[in-house]
Amino acid sequence: MRTYFLNFWQGLYTILIGMKVTFRHLFIPAVTIQYPSVKPQMPERERNRLYVNMDDCIGCDQCARACPVNCIEIETVKSIPGEDLGTTSNGKKKALWVTTFNIDFAKCCYCQLCVFPCPTECIYMTDVYEFSEFQRENLVFDFVTLLPEERIQKKKNYEELQAKKEAEKIAAAKKAAEEKAATLANKPVEPKQENKEENK
Amino acid sequence: MMYDWLYNLTGNSILSMFIVSLLPLLFLLPFALFAVLAERKVSAHMQDRLGPMRTGYHGILQTIADIIKLLQKEDLVASATDKTLFNFAPLLVFAGSYGAFAAIPFSGFFIGSKIDLGIIFIVGITGLVVAGILMAGWASNNKYSLLGAMRSAAQIISYEIPTLMIILTIVMLTGTLSLYDLSEMQTAYFWNWMILGGPAVGLQKILLIPFMMMGCLIIYTSTLAEVNRTPFDIPEAESELVSGYHTEYSGMKFAMFFMAEYTNMFAVSAIVSIMFFGGYQSPFGYLGNTLGWTWLVPIEQFFWFASKGLFFVLVQMWLRWTLPRFRVDQLMAFCWKYLIPFSFVILLLVGLISLM
Repeated sequence: MRTYFLNFWQGLYTILIGMKVTFRHLFIPAVTIQYPSVKPQMPERERNRLYVNMDDCIGCDQCARACPVNCIEIETVKSIPGEDLGTTSNGKKKALWVTTFNIDFAKCCYCQLCVFPCPTECIYMTDVYEFSEFQRENLVFDFVTLLPEERIQKKKNYEELQAKKEAEKIAAAKKAAEEKAATLANKPVEPKQENKEENK
Repeated sequence: MMYDWLYNLTGNSILSMFIVSLLPLLFLLPFALFAVLAERKVSAHMQDRLGPMRTGYHGILQTIADIIKLLQKEDLVASATDKTLFNFAPLLVFAGSYGAFAAIPFSGFFIGSKIDLGIIFIVGITGLVVAGILMAGWASNNKYSLLGAMRSAAQIISYEIPTLMIILTIVMLTGTLSLYDLSEMQTAYFWNWMILGGPAVGLQKILLIPFMMMGCLIIYTSTLAEVNRTPFDIPEAESELVSGYHTEYSGMKFAMFFMAEYTNMFAVSAIVSIMFFGGYQSPFGYLGNTLGWTWLVPIEQFFWFASKGLFFVLVQMWLRWTLPRFRVDQLMAFCWKYLIPFSFVILLLVGLISLM
């Protein structure tokens, strides 16, 4: 009989305690983050979408080689003499035109291994993590700042230079052959030895 | 009275009756809209969430958006259902819960029908809800629906007993079955409310107070079970029975069940407030009487009635997010071992006290 009334009293009493708890929670600020309009604070060393600052990129291809999944694709073209590519922010002289710098984020595993080898610190992780796409092709990001025509132009410039050099080389070879033919009659090979000494 | 006033105004008895019978609906539809939103916001904030926030300022248009969605929805009727019963059940459930408002006085000026058997009529007409729920569960031809309906019927019928015992106590004490007369008895100040012994005086009043408080608790708990609210929501236990008897319903038929649930909640709260908290009576006189504006008094009375009802609805929500669901055996044990003996003892002792 005693336990019966005790049960009744305890039932009532514990309900009141529970109601007190829920009532207190009514006034505790909600922990909800209104996601698309309010974004959660990300940790300091977050790893999200990569970004490449092309002003600093020297086209050294180290990031592409560090990538474990081969998601970075880089193509470079040598600059022709007389072209000034400027310097990177830490004072390195740029010598290569980067004509392709694609990162395929469908492949990227966000391991951050590409970030450390970069000599100019131009590839780094950003806080952007909302970049879903309907098609996988759209996840290939092109970072090159050159226009498509410019890229073709740079390649053409280099090829022309090469061709010119080639032509010069052939011409030089021809000239050398002619000279050789001429000197064969007069003297043995002397100026070449002089050159070697100069190099030393 | 509203009806007489309208009859004098229009001279048409059918028209005035029609208007009087539709007026509670005019209150209940916005109430249901508000209560659904309040339920979601209260539950969210009790769990440290925010609840609906997108539609309108802090989600105040959420229920309107829900209603529009439900209106647009296809009215699905599964092929294996008993079509007649299936389509009739939501109407019956809503009619049953709406019928209760015929005898509930909203203010001194407005009561649907001033019948002398008010409370008995309410108990009887809400029995239709049980029939409708059983009908819905059976006609759905779905084991979850049927289980939910059976549980609901068992629960409502079991908990009718303590409810009726407490109602009997009040009826015995006041000598009236009409809720209008009962409210009129508790007029003037809050110490005339039944929870504080009613209009009785002296030692009798003091002796009555503990029994009235116990009776109030018991009737509130058992009516909570009758409207299938948590912690007594085993008929529509989401984790076990999908959603009980309205699993197979969609669109506006589902909305009818939903409306009926919230209407029932308010009806039950209104009954508790009329029985123990003076119904539409103000706790401390009327501004209208003080200023001499008699037309203001019914409006004030309606305000008090609505706020008391809403308060008890909010307590129901509060309990819902505090207590876990009962098991079936616990539910039955609670009713038969605790509520019914206690209500019988209250009936007996209040009877003895009222002889003083």
